[in-house]
Amino acid sequence: MSPGALFRLVFVVVLVAFLAVPQAFAPVFAPFASNGAPAIYTQSGLLTLTLSHLAMVAVATMAATVVSVGLAILVTRPAGREFLPLSRSIANIGQTFPPVAVLALAVPIFGFGPIPTLIALFLYGLLPIFENTLTGLTTIPPSVQEAARGVGMTALQRLIGVELPLALPLILAGIRLTAVISLGTATIGSTVAARTLGEVIIAGLISNNTAFVLQGGLIVAALAFFIHEGFATLETALARRTRGALLI
Amino acid sequence: MAGSDLAEEMSGHTDTEFQVNRRSGPDRLGALLVAIAAAGLVFQPFSLFRANRIVAAKPVWLLSALPPLEAWLVLAVVIAASAILLLRTRPALRLIVCALTLAVLALAVGRSGVFLTPPPNSYARVAPGGSFWIVTFAFSIALADASVRLRMSPLGRLALLALTGGALWLLLWSGAWDSLSILREYANRADVFWREARVHLLLAVGSLAVAAVVGIPLGILCFQVRSIRATLLNSLNILQTIPSMALFGLLIAPLAWIGAHVPGASAIGIAGIGIAPAFVALFAYSLLPMVSNTVAGLQSVPREARDAARGMGMTTWQRFFEVDMPLAFPVVLTGIRIVLVQNLGLAVLAGLIGGGGFGTFVFQGISQTATDLVLLGALPTVALAFAAAIMLDALVEIANPVSVRSAEA
Amino acid sequence: MIEINGITKAYDGIRAVDDVSLTVESGEIVTVVGTSGSGKTTLLRMINRLVEPTAGAILIDGRDNRDLPGHELRRAIGYAIQGYGLFPHRTVAENIATVPKLLGWDRRRIDTRVDELLSLFRLEPAQFRARMPHELSGGQQQRIGVARALAAEPAVLLMDEPFGALDPIIRGKAQDDLIEIQRQFSTTIVLVTHGMEEAIRLGDRIAVMDKGRLLQFTTPAEIIAHPASDFVADLVGSADRAFRLLSLSPVDDLAEPGDAQGEPIDASASLKDALSEALWSGRAALPVARHGAIVGRVTRESLIAKAGRPQ
Repeated sequence: MSPGALFRLVFVVVLVAFLAVPQAFAPVFAPFASNGAPAIYTQSGLLTLTLSHLAMVAVATMAATVVSVGLAILVTRPAGREFLPLSRSIANIGQTFPPVAVLALAVPIFGFGPIPTLIALFLYGLLPIFENTLTGLTTIPPSVQEAARGVGMTALQRLIGVELPLALPLILAGIRLTAVISLGTATIGSTVAARTLGEVIIAGLISNNTAFVLQGGLIVAALAFFIHEGFATLETALARRTRGALLI
Repeated sequence: MAGSDLAEEMSGHTDTEFQVNRRSGPDRLGALLVAIAAAGLVFQPFSLFRANRIVAAKPVWLLSALPPLEAWLVLAVVIAASAILLLRTRPALRLIVCALTLAVLALAVGRSGVFLTPPPNSYARVAPGGSFWIVTFAFSIALADASVRLRMSPLGRLALLALTGGALWLLLWSGAWDSLSILREYANRADVFWREARVHLLLAVGSLAVAAVVGIPLGILCFQVRSIRATLLNSLNILQTIPSMALFGLLIAPLAWIGAHVPGASAIGIAGIGIAPAFVALFAYSLLPMVSNTVAGLQSVPREARDAARGMGMTTWQRFFEVDMPLAFPVVLTGIRIVLVQNLGLAVLAGLIGGGGFGTFVFQGISQTATDLVLLGALPTVALAFAAAIMLDALVEIANPVSVRSAEA
Repeated sequence: MIEINGITKAYDGIRAVDDVSLTVESGEIVTVVGTSGSGKTTLLRMINRLVEPTAGAILIDGRDNRDLPGHELRRAIGYAIQGYGLFPHRTVAENIATVPKLLGWDRRRIDTRVDELLSLFRLEPAQFRARMPHELSGGQQQRIGVARALAAEPAVLLMDEPFGALDPIIRGKAQDDLIEIQRQFSTTIVLVTHGMEEAIRLGDRIAVMDKGRLLQFTTPAEIIAHPASDFVADLVGSADRAFRLLSLSPVDDLAEPGDAQGEPIDASASLKDALSEALWSGRAALPVARHGAIVGRVTRESLIAKAGRPQ
């Protein structure tokens, strides 16, 4: 087993153990808790919060994937091509909307709770996936597209058989980007009463308890790390299969 | 070169079958946007009226939100503009029509404030309603579309941005919006607003400046010394995965310790509370894009250019300053664009840890469920990020006209 | 047989192909040659309707090529291009099987056909079937590209600069392969190229195009001997046209009874090779051999006479 894989395995075990029996780790966090404050957040279970956090990110990311891949396909078809330049610049400008602002603007419309957070995560998640799918679908080598038409594939056969498979590594990269960003942004959702790990961090900020901030932050960072790694492995495997895509 | 025939075919001509239907019938995007605007006008109120700051809002539709004559006038303008969007009109005309319509909407919403809350009533609040936002959204998209179709030069885009900023300033200065609730919130805390605005800019731009001073040399080092590249970029990557809110919080304790124990530190503002933790956190997040874009920029310098420079007898330093840096500069500038836009948004979080900035209003607003206060913080943030993006995109294009143009072709 | 009748393609009023008519006989190789922008690729792509003509019609074996939907038409016509356009995410076997699969052939038939084609192109099936395109050399990719085009046994094969990216030695081999395969299956081939050298070597007849117009359509010998215009003459080049002419015929054509000294030359070698050998070895005549037996001789005199412009 390589050192990297071993490190990852240990990391997973530690994370799972911490989520299962947080109290066992109290001594680790105790030095960061000031004035006899509790070292481990107990208001809600860390595991429950983690699961709810992940569920929110998963739902938002999946919805964003479906919508943005669909849109990207639409604007790269002949019928939707006139929307392509505009959709590009909207995606570009949309990226500039700060996630916190999206969240803040969603609250007046949808009220407190998980909904504004889901909306913000969804909206903010659209752009990276859309942009990457677009790049993937528009950078297919001309000779490959020409060949696909030349052998008599219909538009649908070309999309499913050639364009999407070739764009897949880039689409996955977009989903990864969205998932990792959402994971961090979801913490802010706790300021509008969504049940995420942000709750732990905010509790720490309010009570001046660094131990809480640390454990909330570390769990999110670890989750982000694993999601990043998982997707990256998948992307590399796929890209290796089609490595010549841009050379052929 | 051989094969160029095919390239020409693929880029220019393959979709000619579809150009036919593109030239007839209504403008498809225009139709979509007009439908959105119409739905907004029918199903959403133009203004929201509150008897005081906290109570639930009462929706007011366009025709009752303004004096009858003005209401019909606004409606007429929107309908006329919609007709122009529906037809296949020239982009320049669409741009002007959209800009004018947006101006009329902006004035109308201000007028609506005056109309619904005559001056003596200082408790009642009027806010723009759904249809205002939706129609504004539709025409902004149409405006963006027109400017894309015009293929404006970077300078042209900067001029358009300046013009928009000027118009906005004129609206605010003239007092046309003074009756709107968001400006009532502003009027109550004008001093604080500008103080927080300065803090926000200091946080976003200051941390960017420090990150550039540190990050660009680090990037150059990474490029030259291959062995540290992976290590440094990986550690910065891991730093990025720490949620921003946690990083802000985690810096409080160490900075408080430094402020208390390092002589002179507190004198320059290092403390556990205030802007120091926010500044350091933003700096930390800015480092990765700065370093990685510097590396990417240097990597993008064609080997042939570097070879030719060596072949002509340039020294290492001459090559660096006359070949590497000028060619890498646009990519570095792109890094600065990413960081600036990101920082302007992230600086909002400083409000959560007492670091100031526009976030102060956002989080106060959220905790008081005062929408207008949230908007007072969020809208300037969005506007700043937006303006920064347009400005730096234009600068990147000016710095690198060749590659941008070939990328578009 | 492909009958192209008054075909025109205009883009925004500019005629990329301007009223071109020509007929490609069954089992013939026609090369279309011209500079870039001459309209030769557009002409080719109108045959399988990757480009729809503005005016005119194309008949394939008597049927208008617009009788079928475009994609069905294209499944029945082989198509090989420069850059090959192999699908980078599919194996060699999957690439070759593309059209048979679209046509709904059964698995067994597809597998047999794939192996058959790999062997035809001297690629060991067991070794190459499962490879990905990026694991192949340029020459191998090119062969797979042509194999894919031939997979469903089309009667017509369209080729757009298929050898453009190959180095000269491999290109020479690939051209020989193509001639070999064409003889074996008597496929009708239309091949677009920008090089007159290749056009002369491969074409039974050559169509020369410039600015969308067909300037000349005739045999290589005719093109060399009687170029229709200065443009065609330039394209053929004046420096070694005598040798090009000689390269078109085999020694057999000039063989006469008689004796000669030295190493014999094969009857199937070109006249150009024979003259070269005669000059190099300083002989006035070379013995001609067929299947190893001397059948006569060829004289330097007759070779030189043959190299002159035909009247």
